[in-house]
Amino acid sequence: MDPEGSQTPIESTSAHPIIEPGYTLGTVTDKISSIVLGRGTSKGWIFGFAIAFSLLMLLNFTVGYLLIKGVGIWGINIPVGWGFAIVNFVWWIGIGHAGTLISAILLLLRQQWRTSINRFAEAMTLFAVACAGMFPLLHMGRPWLFFWLMPYPNPMWLWPQFRSPLVWDVFAVSTYATVSLLFWFVGLVPDLATLRDRARNRAAKVVYGILAMGWRGSAVHWSRYETASILLAGLATPLVVSVHTVVSFDFSVAQVAGWHTTIFPPYFVAGAIYSGFAMVMTLAIPIRKFYNLEDFITMRHLGNMAKVMLATGLIVAYGYMMETFMAFYSGNPFDRFLIINRMTGPYAFFYWLLIACNIVIPQIMWLRSVRNNVAILFVISLIVNVGMWLERFVIVVISLHRDFLPSSWGMYYPTRWDWATYVGTIGLFLTLLFLFIRFLPVISIYEMRSLVEETDEEKPKK
Amino acid sequence: MQIFHHSTNTISRVSIYGAVFILALLGGVLYAIELSPIYTRVNEAREQPVPFSHKHHAGELGIDCRYCHTTVEKSSFAGLPPTQTCMTCHSQIWTNAPMLEPVRASYRDDKSIAWTRVNALPDFVYFDHSIHVSKGIGCTTCHGQVGEMPLTWKANTLYMSWCLDCHRQPEKYVREKSKVFDPGYVTPANQMELGARLVKEYKIHSLTDCSTCHR
Repeated sequence: MDPEGSQTPIESTSAHPIIEPGYTLGTVTDKISSIVLGRGTSKGWIFGFAIAFSLLMLLNFTVGYLLIKGVGIWGINIPVGWGFAIVNFVWWIGIGHAGTLISAILLLLRQQWRTSINRFAEAMTLFAVACAGMFPLLHMGRPWLFFWLMPYPNPMWLWPQFRSPLVWDVFAVSTYATVSLLFWFVGLVPDLATLRDRARNRAAKVVYGILAMGWRGSAVHWSRYETASILLAGLATPLVVSVHTVVSFDFSVAQVAGWHTTIFPPYFVAGAIYSGFAMVMTLAIPIRKFYNLEDFITMRHLGNMAKVMLATGLIVAYGYMMETFMAFYSGNPFDRFLIINRMTGPYAFFYWLLIACNIVIPQIMWLRSVRNNVAILFVISLIVNVGMWLERFVIVVISLHRDFLPSSWGMYYPTRWDWATYVGTIGLFLTLLFLFIRFLPVISIYEMRSLVEETDEEKPKK
Repeated sequence: MQIFHHSTNTISRVSIYGAVFILALLGGVLYAIELSPIYTRVNEAREQPVPFSHKHHAGELGIDCRYCHTTVEKSSFAGLPPTQTCMTCHSQIWTNAPMLEPVRASYRDDKSIAWTRVNALPDFVYFDHSIHVSKGIGCTTCHGQVGEMPLTWKANTLYMSWCLDCHRQPEKYVREKSKVFDPGYVTPANQMELGARLVKEYKIHSLTDCSTCHR
């Protein structure tokens, strides 16, 4: 497929360009690499990093206490054995999906607007997976035996239960983490070489030099690089769909009312992309503001992301509708009871809050004026993040707290440790993100350069 | 200006390719240690407060296992003999042997001898001696040739793989019920034939559910 061919119609159909005019190869490189190499560390960065880092320390503290005392410090008990840990796991892993979608599928589809957001979307994926991975491990109770999840020769002659979706999950998530890391790193190599060449102090030269792995930018390097990128994109593409499908199996393979439905895989995947794009937007808006990257991350990008959110949000809405419809259409009394309990039971407030956050409020993005308003988009993206978290809360907690036997009914209340662990992982996520912004190029320099080249050919420079 | 010496090329290649083999080797070494007596303490004679010799008592004198381990046929625990059991003989013979002073002290002061446990299963394993003994699993199958141990040692790892080996194929180890307490039992040449017959005769089931042992 000819990249130029797809370029023209995209350019002509939108009011906003994917890169503001007036940039040359040199100025693009200067602008992006100066965030890392120039200026020194800004006060704003230090302030933000300090907050994120203190939250990370909170995580250290809670995890330390958890390892000493056990999962009893959380609010989980029978019947609600899954609680916050699984809610947060699904939430974080879902957030990662936008990064993979942007970097893999949009790359294969030659969507050039992905260029300026893919780097930090991929970073976001990695950091989100890191946060997600912690929860099931901590929830195991004896996290130091986590390697029992892997099939390896052992003196117990014991393998994991391959019929259990929880084991599929281990493979899905670890594959996802590995491929995402490789994809991100391979994409970084040419830019790391740029930073190595531009760095002024010795330590930076050595560190970027090691990471650049001897990249010299020869034609052979580029040709291999292109092959590797396409191959990794091909590997990552099925992961966009498969990872959250397997996560949904954790629920849908079980017999619990509200979990045992065939709509779960597609609706989980759509929800994952929905929440992921919301998170990309939550991060992109402040980053472009604080680092003056409005010329690279334009309203075109925000508008496109808003449209993706609208589309996936509607799929999610369809999922909610179908769940409700099938509960009555199937005639299964347990399913019917579950839906009624969801809507009117003790957690009904959270269900209706979820509907408001995920379905009702985002509909205002149909208005072009809203899609052009950065502040409103930011607020909506936060609301969707909350909504998607509530969705997982509703699925996990409401289904479990009213079991088949009324004698085993109970309530779930998160403890302060539940909250501290959750907030702590947000601290981990933000800490990694701040370090990433400070030490690596947030936007792919060489891809922006090629974008400048292509746009230059069509429109002569001003 | 060159940042790195040109040898870096070789070092980086070796370390990247080598990482796989180093990790595999490390895993292999750890696994080998886990299986070796360094970790399992198999075949390691253990110090005891009194140097009790199974070789002398069970092997040379021919005292039946059940004379001391009285509950082995009725209970999950085979039973450790009280000092009174020792004194049934040692109040008559070797009454002044200095080696036996801790036994006499225990008898005088009515305080148990603190033996060092040699064969111990973790608490999360439900194990019952009586069922094994009454289905034709001999003492020496698990505990080794106790009649030849001057100081007692562990003869097997007691790892789950070791349990499963028999639980999956009991015919490899089962013997005539009359020979269960024979300390010098030798596995016959036709074990598989005999085993298959006894498994049927004793109605032995191959129990490998998790909940058989982890209740």
